[in-house]
Amino acid sequence: MSKGKKDDVTGQSTTGHSWDGIEELNTPLPRWWLWTLYLCIFWGILYTIAYPAWPMVSGATKGVLGWSTRANVAADIKDHEGKNADLVTALLATDMDALPADPDLNRYATARGGAVFRANCSQCHGSGAAGAKGYPNLLDDDWLWGGEMADIEYTVRHGIRNDQDGDARYSQMPAFGEMLNRAEIAAVVEHVVSLSNAEYDAELAATGATLFADNCAACHGETGLGDRAQGAPNLADAIWLYGGDRATLTDTVTNARFGVMPAWGPRLTEADVRAVSAYVHGLGGGE
Amino acid sequence: MAFIDKHAILEKSPTLLLVASLLVVTVGGIVEIAPLFWLENTIEEVEGVRPYSPLELTGRDIYVREGCYVCHSQMIRPMRDEVERYGHYSLAAESMYDHPFQWGSKRTGPDVARVGGRYSDAWHVDHLSDPQSVVPESIMPKYAFLKETPIKPTHTQALMKTHRFVGVPYTDEQIEAAETDFRVQADPDADYDGMLERYPGAAVSNFDGQPGVSEMDALIAYLQVLGTMVDFSTFTPDASR
Repeated sequence: MSKGKKDDVTGQSTTGHSWDGIEELNTPLPRWWLWTLYLCIFWGILYTIAYPAWPMVSGATKGVLGWSTRANVAADIKDHEGKNADLVTALLATDMDALPADPDLNRYATARGGAVFRANCSQCHGSGAAGAKGYPNLLDDDWLWGGEMADIEYTVRHGIRNDQDGDARYSQMPAFGEMLNRAEIAAVVEHVVSLSNAEYDAELAATGATLFADNCAACHGETGLGDRAQGAPNLADAIWLYGGDRATLTDTVTNARFGVMPAWGPRLTEADVRAVSAYVHGLGGGE
Repeated sequence: MAFIDKHAILEKSPTLLLVASLLVVTVGGIVEIAPLFWLENTIEEVEGVRPYSPLELTGRDIYVREGCYVCHSQMIRPMRDEVERYGHYSLAAESMYDHPFQWGSKRTGPDVARVGGRYSDAWHVDHLSDPQSVVPESIMPKYAFLKETPIKPTHTQALMKTHRFVGVPYTDEQIEAAETDFRVQADPDADYDGMLERYPGAAVSNFDGQPGVSEMDALIAYLQVLGTMVDFSTFTPDASR
């Protein structure tokens, strides 16, 4: 250290280091920069006192402000619920069948149900509720288990053929591949095709009609109009869940289908179950 | 400034500088490393979280292999919008048997931390085989080959032993029964009582709808258990954490 030794040109003091006669200037850090650094350190210390920060043996320090992510999200949810409290109370108290007659409440239920539907149901039933192969279209009036408000609410709450809920709607079509031979299945398929007035082989369909009466009519009805009590589809309306061509029908008759819908009662709130039921009911096909 | 000027003493003695540097680095090291030894204390105790069943664990490996974490997170953050869309926010305990954890940091697709039980097995098969067949607006790639790839429990025991080595409490009995448990979970006609006793709440199903065990079976078994281990109707998390 050579305190006081000045560089002739700049008038700045030097560090005293010298390499081949070249000396290093000891230019101080800019004052504004230094003060910013000190302020940041000071702010950092205050921050760790105010908020949860230092890791200790069984958790971090809590911070004097008592800030908590979990408490915040709980408060946020409560606050939001508070804003809709009147509507939610009304929705929980209303008779679901009377809901469409109450425009204000119905508007709220439908909007809320639409949000629930897009987050939870659209993956199977489509964002526009038009369904996909194996996942029913909810826009039409062809209901497998019933399209009244109470039916829809029950389906949403308990689901279909799942293991999660003992009250789930349940039915199982037998795999007829184990009971009928290929020719018989072809005949039954021909009869099913004939029900929705497509072009068909009358002779084969007539054979199929007898087999249909013996094997299928118990669930699908003598005329193939289905039975909502056991989720047996209407076979005469030309609306198909898995497909109405002969190959798909043969597959369906041979191996049967077993469409599963999860139970949403345990996953959604009571208000959400009611809201999404109202939404689905209001899509166009509600009875 | 007299004290600060004393750095010249350190700078002029390499040995002293080395010792002083070591001291400084040690302080940093202790602050960063020491809390890791007490990490166990900081994980909230939660009932229901169990190690993955052999089939689930194998499915998890496929999840990692296919890079699912690149687009899907497994971490529901404590915010109202996330909680309302995905369900209860994730707890540390829910991924305590994940090595490595699959929290992820980017969502091109939705979070899957609570996807278990949300959709049917058949939907998962449809969706993994051809995502656009059920979600037309999806940009997810197709994973139909998983269904065509049979998988055997050849490495399952070794996999479980490795997980035990890094702290997952697999018992000898669980490792012993690994190959059986692997098969029966994908076969509802088999005797799976022992498997369910060892891994409560595991979904038993012929996930892919075809005989034998395929990678599809394993992956769906894993997806169907995600986020289902903790029963939030009986468990209330500590609000102050």
